Amino acid sequence: MKRIGVFICHCGINIKDTVDVERLTQELEDYPGVAYIENYMFMCSDPGQNTIKNAIREHKLDGIVVAACSPTLHESTFQTVLKESNLNEFQLEIANIREQCSWVHNDIEQGTHKARLIIKTAIEKLKLNESLYPVSAPVTKKALVIGGGISGIQAALDIADGGYQVVMVEKKPSIGGHMIQLSETFPTLDCSQCILTPKMVALSKHKNIKLYVNSELESIDGYVGNFNVKIKQKALYVDPAKCNLCDDCTEVCPVLVPNEQEEGLGWRKAIYIPFPQAIPATYTLDVENCLGLEPIACGKCREKCTAEAINYDAKETIIEEEIGAVIVATGFDLYPVENIPEYGYGKYPDVITSLQFERILSATGPTGGEIYRPSDGKVPKEIVFVQCSGSRDPEHHLSYCSKICCMYTLKHAKLYKHKIHNGQPYIFYIDIRAGGKRYEEFVQQAVSEEGIVYIRGKVAKIYKNGDKMIVMGMDTLSGKKIEVEADLVVLAMGIVPSEGSHDLVKTMKINTDDKGFLSEAHPKLRPVESLQAGFYLAGTSQGPRDIPDSVSQASGAASKALILLSSDKIYHSPIIAWVDEDLCSGCTICVGTCPYGARELNQVSKVVEVNEILCEGCGACISACPSGAAQQKNLTDNQIDNMIKIIASGK
Amino acid sequence: MKSGYFPGCTLKTNAKNFEDSAMQIMEILGQPLEEMANWICCGTVFSMTTDDLMLQLSSIRNLLRAENQGYDELVALCSMCYNTLKRAKEFILNDEENLRKVNDFMYKEESTFKGTTDVVHLLSILKDRITFDEIQKKVTKPLKDLKIGAYYGCLLLRPKELAIDDFEDPSIMEELVDTLGGDGIVFPYRLECCGAYQTIIEKDVTIKRTYEIINSAREAGCEALITSCPLCAFNLDQRQKETSEEFLEFSTMPVFYFTELMALAFGIKWNKDWTKLHYVNPEPFLKKKGLI
Ligand SMILES: Cc1cc2nc3c(=O)[nH]c(=O)nc-3n(C[C@H](O)[C@H](O)[C@H](O)COP(=O)(O)OP(=O)(O)OC[C@H]3O[C@@H](n4cnc5c(N)ncnc54)[C@H](O)[C@@H]3O)c2cc1C
Ligand code: SF4
Ligand code: SF4
Ligand code: SF4
Repeated sequence: MKRIGVFICHCGINIKDTVDVERLTQELEDYPGVAYIENYMFMCSDPGQNTIKNAIREHKLDGIVVAACSPTLHESTFQTVLKESNLNEFQLEIANIREQCSWVHNDIEQGTHKARLIIKTAIEKLKLNESLYPVSAPVTKKALVIGGGISGIQAALDIADGGYQVVMVEKKPSIGGHMIQLSETFPTLDCSQCILTPKMVALSKHKNIKLYVNSELESIDGYVGNFNVKIKQKALYVDPAKCNLCDDCTEVCPVLVPNEQEEGLGWRKAIYIPFPQAIPATYTLDVENCLGLEPIACGKCREKCTAEAINYDAKETIIEEEIGAVIVATGFDLYPVENIPEYGYGKYPDVITSLQFERILSATGPTGGEIYRPSDGKVPKEIVFVQCSGSRDPEHHLSYCSKICCMYTLKHAKLYKHKIHNGQPYIFYIDIRAGGKRYEEFVQQAVSEEGIVYIRGKVAKIYKNGDKMIVMGMDTLSGKKIEVEADLVVLAMGIVPSEGSHDLVKTMKINTDDKGFLSEAHPKLRPVESLQAGFYLAGTSQGPRDIPDSVSQASGAASKALILLSSDKIYHSPIIAWVDEDLCSGCTICVGTCPYGARELNQVSKVVEVNEILCEGCGACISACPSGAAQQKNLTDNQIDNMIKIIASGK
Repeated sequence: MKSGYFPGCTLKTNAKNFEDSAMQIMEILGQPLEEMANWICCGTVFSMTTDDLMLQLSSIRNLLRAENQGYDELVALCSMCYNTLKRAKEFILNDEENLRKVNDFMYKEESTFKGTTDVVHLLSILKDRITFDEIQKKVTKPLKDLKIGAYYGCLLLRPKELAIDDFEDPSIMEELVDTLGGDGIVFPYRLECCGAYQTIIEKDVTIKRTYEIINSAREAGCEALITSCPLCAFNLDQRQKETSEEFLEFSTMPVFYFTELMALAFGIKWNKDWTKLHYVNPEPFLKKKGLI
């Protein structure tokens, strides 16, 4: 039988006023298992801690109950006391008689009675506590970054600068993400490419970064600190080492494909470089649109390529990597504009999306930065911007605010005015959300100086009349229906998680919210970590945000990853689940309940096993297990039974 | 599948032309309409009041009677009947408490309401069951050179749960016109409100709507409109009288029920009595197009 010491704290008057600590000390002296009992004004103070240490020594105690405040406050203090006295820290139980007792009662009789029950349950639990030791595992000192937009680029550079290896996987032929498509960026109106390309070049030249483009994650196994990943890279028909960027191949290629980089406003060939500053700087052969990789079908590009960089026999490759931490930065897409047929996108060439307008504004875009409308190349004299297109409409579209469109729309209107001085921009809006640093000033300056007309209300429909687009909506300030004639209409589309991130979460089994954005472990206190250990979230994959916020979050995720990578071992509380192999039937009900993916059926023994590093000890599996095989260390059914017996006896 | 026809009040009076023509085309399409017995008012306008179930009783009683008469579905021609019956059904069925209350109240009926009879609009039957391909086979007098705008209004499309087509961008009626050999024209105001019952209390509102809707149709190239709603037809057709008085430059446009044009395309002779139910006389237009 354990020799248990019980230490009841007064907490000044916090406990003592509602719990008769003297009476309890006398009553519990003879309780089975109690070898020593004492009360003191402040158990957590140094003299209080010394009282415990001395008692352990003098009375040969091997289990301690401290009846005091919540374990979230001082459990670790008292665990240290045990460790310093050469006792295992899991032989400590805290009986919370403050938050759960004295603070919620007025009557000293009631308070004393409840404290008695709480202390007795702690004693009963402690009697069956095992000595436990933290779980540990080694760490592979390499990070995987998925997605090469600004978020992924920033995270990769931070980790690589911190001295650790990074593997970056990007689905497209070049890194850069959406930011490389933007013209100028709010609120400072600096050129997007000018601030992004130095980072892209730095990434490609960094000795600690390995970049795989045209690649996707094929599979991921293992657990935090110890992942095995397989990366699938599409066949590299153009050898980047040999390609000298002469552009001869595109001249001979007979196939025209709508250019994704230009949001369909221009064309590219089946063999192409996505944009001049692409990283890696090389050409990509798009097999889906190529006439056929054989001389009979076409073969013009290979014939023309004097550098002999084109190889039609190239094959898809699978690359294996060992990884410690994963950063997910898979970005966003625009809400599908086809979902709002009443806006006429697709039917009328002069209704375009915000990203298309970015391309029109961009010096590297299809119009060289001059503003012409797509249908007839006319300079639009009146232009209407429709904010919240697809956002903030829980009944039909997205329920949430996409956060960035108020700001980029205003930027669009300003840039338009800077180029077409006598033009008139109108903006339909619900409210203006300009919460960032210097954002409100950006708005105010535009409203007072740039002659932009804001109309508060939603747009119902857009249709064509002659060569004008008619934007029909509501002016909710005057309560009138309004129709504005425009030469060009720009839809400020909402933001949704990228298609690539939908595919990826299936492979990785990490949590997403009800909108499909990646879920953070805690909305306030752990915003850059996933609930799944070893996964960190950066940028718009976690929710709509602009560049400054994406970069901050990416650096946050990188620093969390660096904490992991810089540890030699990872440690973990041993209060976790275990499986009684004799009782487990292998039904795997528990496997699905575990939110951390810590349980797996051993295919040979047909019983479930717990990954000790992944298990957070939440207990979900234990309540789900129909045969009582799933148990939690130091919280076994026996222990809980004994505790319930005390409470039920009422004594 | 036993299908019953629910007429509602207007189809027997001001919209007799709608009923007659529908009966005749369905006869030709081999699926004659069979009128349910003992029907009463559809409920006219679904009530959004959630705590007064009295307002749903009329609709539910019709559905209960249809159930008892063994109908699997009830076909409505009038958009209002369709909308009211269908919404009342969903509203009552989706709440056990509501269901219990209305059944308690209707204790004198033969049995309790279970909601086994579907409510469908004739247009859905034409498109989904009979199909436009089959309809095309019955066309003997194509609506050649007829530029027809389809006016949907709201009741066929909203709320979106009961929409018979894409609720923001429908095409079912334009497709029907094309099937009949005509030219179905999409015009901007085809889903805009016709003014509905404002026509009684605020007539001016409706007149303005009529003016805008007809003008929008004309600008888009329409020569006539079709609709499936007697209330829309009243506002868009009968109110052209006041619209012409109010706006001197306004010129009128004939408004048909879609079934009237189907009847013509199927070679059925135009009925002079139908003309009487129109305010804008459609005969000159039909003569010009060689249809009568
Ligand atoms: C019209 C418009 C204008 C804007 N203007 C501004 C502005 O002026 N100022 C500002 O601060 N912000 C602006 N923004 C916001 C800015 O674009 C974003 O904040 C930023 O681009 C987010 O970067 P990201 O890296 O999170 O995502 P992304 O740029 O979307 O990058 C994600 C990357 O991940 C890749 N990827 C996706 N799935 C996978 C996968 N499964 N495997 C591998 N790779 C994958 C994608 O190919 C892409 O390269 C604007 C946005 C829009 C739409
Ligand atoms: S082989 Fe394919 S990529 Fe090369 S030129 Fe022909 S179509 Fe273009
Ligand atoms: S940021 Fe502005 S435009 Fe975008 S959804 Fe929110 S309120 Fe609408
Ligand atoms: S205790 Fe929670 S985290 Fe651990 S295996 Fe069970 S369900 Fe998973």
